[in-house]
Amino acid sequence: MIKIRNLHANVEGKEILRGINLDVNAGEVHAIMGPNGSGKSTLANVLAGHEAYEVTEGEVIFEGKNLLDLAPEDRAREGLFLAFQYPIEIPGISNTSFLQTALNEIRKYKGLPEYSAKEFLDLIKAKAVVLNMNPSLLSRPVNQGFSGGEKKRNEILQMLILNPKLAVLDETDSGLDIDALKIVSKGVNVFRSNKNAVILVTHYQRLLDYIVPDFVHVLYRGKIVKSGTKDLALELEEKGYEWLTKAELPVENV
Amino acid sequence: MNEEQKSDDMKVVEDLTNSEYKWGFVSDIEEEEFPIGLNEDVIRKISAKKKEPEWMTEWRLKAYKHWLTLTEPKWPKVKYPEVNFQDIRYFAAPKKKPEYESLDEVDPELVATFEKLGIPIEEQKTLAGVAVDAVFDSVSVATTFRETLSEKGIIFCPISEAIQNHPDLVKKYLGSIVPYTDNFYASLNAAVFSDGSFAYIPKGVRCPMELSTYFRINAMNSGQFERTLIIADEGSYVSYLEGCTAPMRDENQLHAAVVELIALDNAGIKYSTVQNWYPGNKEGKGGIYNFVTKRGLCKTNAKISWTQVETGSAVTWKYPSCILQGDNSVGEFYSVAVTNNYQQADTGTKMIHLGKNTRSTIISKGISAGRSDNSYRGLVKVGKNADNARNFSQCDSMLMGNKCGAHTFPYIEVNNNTAIVEHEATTSKISDDQIFYLNQRGISTEDAVNMIVNGFCKEVFKKLPMEFAVEAQKLLAISLEGSVG
Ligand SMILES: Nc1ncnc2c1ncn2[C@@H]1O[C@H](COP(=O)(O)OP(=O)(O)OP(=O)(O)O)[C@@H](O)[C@H]1O
Ligand SMILES: [Mg+2]
Repeated sequence: MIKIRNLHANVEGKEILRGINLDVNAGEVHAIMGPNGSGKSTLANVLAGHEAYEVTEGEVIFEGKNLLDLAPEDRAREGLFLAFQYPIEIPGISNTSFLQTALNEIRKYKGLPEYSAKEFLDLIKAKAVVLNMNPSLLSRPVNQGFSGGEKKRNEILQMLILNPKLAVLDETDSGLDIDALKIVSKGVNVFRSNKNAVILVTHYQRLLDYIVPDFVHVLYRGKIVKSGTKDLALELEEKGYEWLTKAELPVENV
Repeated sequence: MNEEQKSDDMKVVEDLTNSEYKWGFVSDIEEEEFPIGLNEDVIRKISAKKKEPEWMTEWRLKAYKHWLTLTEPKWPKVKYPEVNFQDIRYFAAPKKKPEYESLDEVDPELVATFEKLGIPIEEQKTLAGVAVDAVFDSVSVATTFRETLSEKGIIFCPISEAIQNHPDLVKKYLGSIVPYTDNFYASLNAAVFSDGSFAYIPKGVRCPMELSTYFRINAMNSGQFERTLIIADEGSYVSYLEGCTAPMRDENQLHAAVVELIALDNAGIKYSTVQNWYPGNKEGKGGIYNFVTKRGLCKTNAKISWTQVETGSAVTWKYPSCILQGDNSVGEFYSVAVTNNYQQADTGTKMIHLGKNTRSTIISKGISAGRSDNSYRGLVKVGKNADNARNFSQCDSMLMGNKCGAHTFPYIEVNNNTAIVEHEATTSKISDDQIFYLNQRGISTEDAVNMIVNGFCKEVFKKLPMEFAVEAQKLLAISLEGSVG
């Protein structure tokens, strides 16, 4: 699915990612954990092609293509989806028409017929039911005035509709109440198949009880410093990050 | 209040808005040349060319003499090189005489031009209920649907024809709302106006179709001075569409139109404009100067609604206004003004409440990109007899990039303490994060900007007749389109 090799990236001249290596295969769920500011969202943004992040070294192969050569919209059309840690509000555009446009752009790219308004409405309603989403959120402007939890749920709705190959979920669990966490997890589990993959960024091992990962990685100061199975998350919960990070300290600009 | 807002660095949006004018083309229709410059002789000559009656010539001359006493207004927030009014050709007409039996006789060049604009005349005929009175340069060359209209007693013709055939109506109303003394450009227009449209809707008649006119400026250096007069008699209703795109030109071109609307008791006029004149190139060279006086008068229970989408011109100076003279009359102004590159727009409205229970609504959306300057200037005036007058104004600005400006100049004068006047203003900008969010969902940057801009303008587009709304969206997309990719 995706191969990340020695990925280095800068923000405003400062190196944030310092040699990431990660392989994700179809059918897998990888959790990425790590302290605040370690570069988790940066990794997600770099994969999605945010222009504030400058890749200085390394490569990313996504489904056989050089991901870093593609424009952000083409990465999305190729099947990369990012659920944002902080979803953006877009006034004036209804959630439904935005998503219909997005889906049809992706379908056009793949040479598939576009959805009519009616077909799309049926689709979005069905997916909203899976997520137990208030229908009024579908007609409101994208994320505008949505509560924190509603925004997160809306990200998962988009994932279900766009049906990507690789979904990168950046702290989608943060800010969700317990019921919402279960519903959103259900959404992700419905999505999972042996044809797609998920990268799950989270701070809480609790999420991993609902969405069971195949691998857990710890990102620290721009590098993956430890990888393991779900047990690693439990260990982190118990011990924190300090035991992992001691060996890594001698870095400039600490 | 003078809000001056500059935005943060937004590179994506900036690149995107570095676009060139798409519809620049010049058609090769022969033009009959007219001497350059302005004096009494020229005015007499214009009047003679149009075979005008003596009273019309006299009116023009009075206007001209008054104009000589005036100076150009300097208060708008626009800068442009001084216009030499002796360097302008005040009349231009296609050589081939415009008396066609059918469209087959129309110059094929012209038809091709209209096709480029996406409005083939042949199709206009069959298009859903739109009568087209096409003004090409200064003389009308094609009029359709006039018979259907005349069955209902509706008069819809070039104003030059109305002067010949309906002198009583013209004498009574021409200059009654915008007198030739009104302002510098209105005076000039009264002296030299070339042509324009005239519509009269008789008592109790609801005009069965949208009346529409396309204007174009084509003759090199020929200033355009359109004059439009629309009279909705008691209890009648008409929706009028004015739209135009102009060919690319390197010379600055002056345009000073006057539009007068009269809505008698219980009548309604909806006047929609989509304007896309050449705005000048990326360096700000060329482009049309558009100084327009538009005003409507509402009698008792009457309603006038102005809707405009302004994407063109180098300099725009334009304030469609309503005089709410009759009790319970209603004035509306819905506006989208887009400026890009070096364009400057100073536009807005005046709502003059004179009658009791008069109501007005102002919705203004300004979009500035590039190094442009976009000002809203509006006056809400409530006279001392206007008991219970109400106004609501909403002025929103959207900035793209950090080199453009948006300004709001609301003037409020209330002389009656039962009046309620509300004013709201917001400024927003398209952020790179919004664009990136949409990109991440598979939407290209251009489409993303268009979606956001269209969302911003939705309230105004909703007020446009369907086919015009589609055109307006296209124009917006074109004027903000750029070289991303
Ligand atoms: N656009 C940006 N401009 C400036 N600095 C940035 C930008 N994006 C990220 N950074 C910096 O890069 C570092 C990594 O940030 P990132 O958001 O990737 O962390 P994170 O691991 O996602 O943290 P959290 O768990 O708090 O979400 C931080 O020091 C952050 O301040
Ligand atoms: Mg983060």
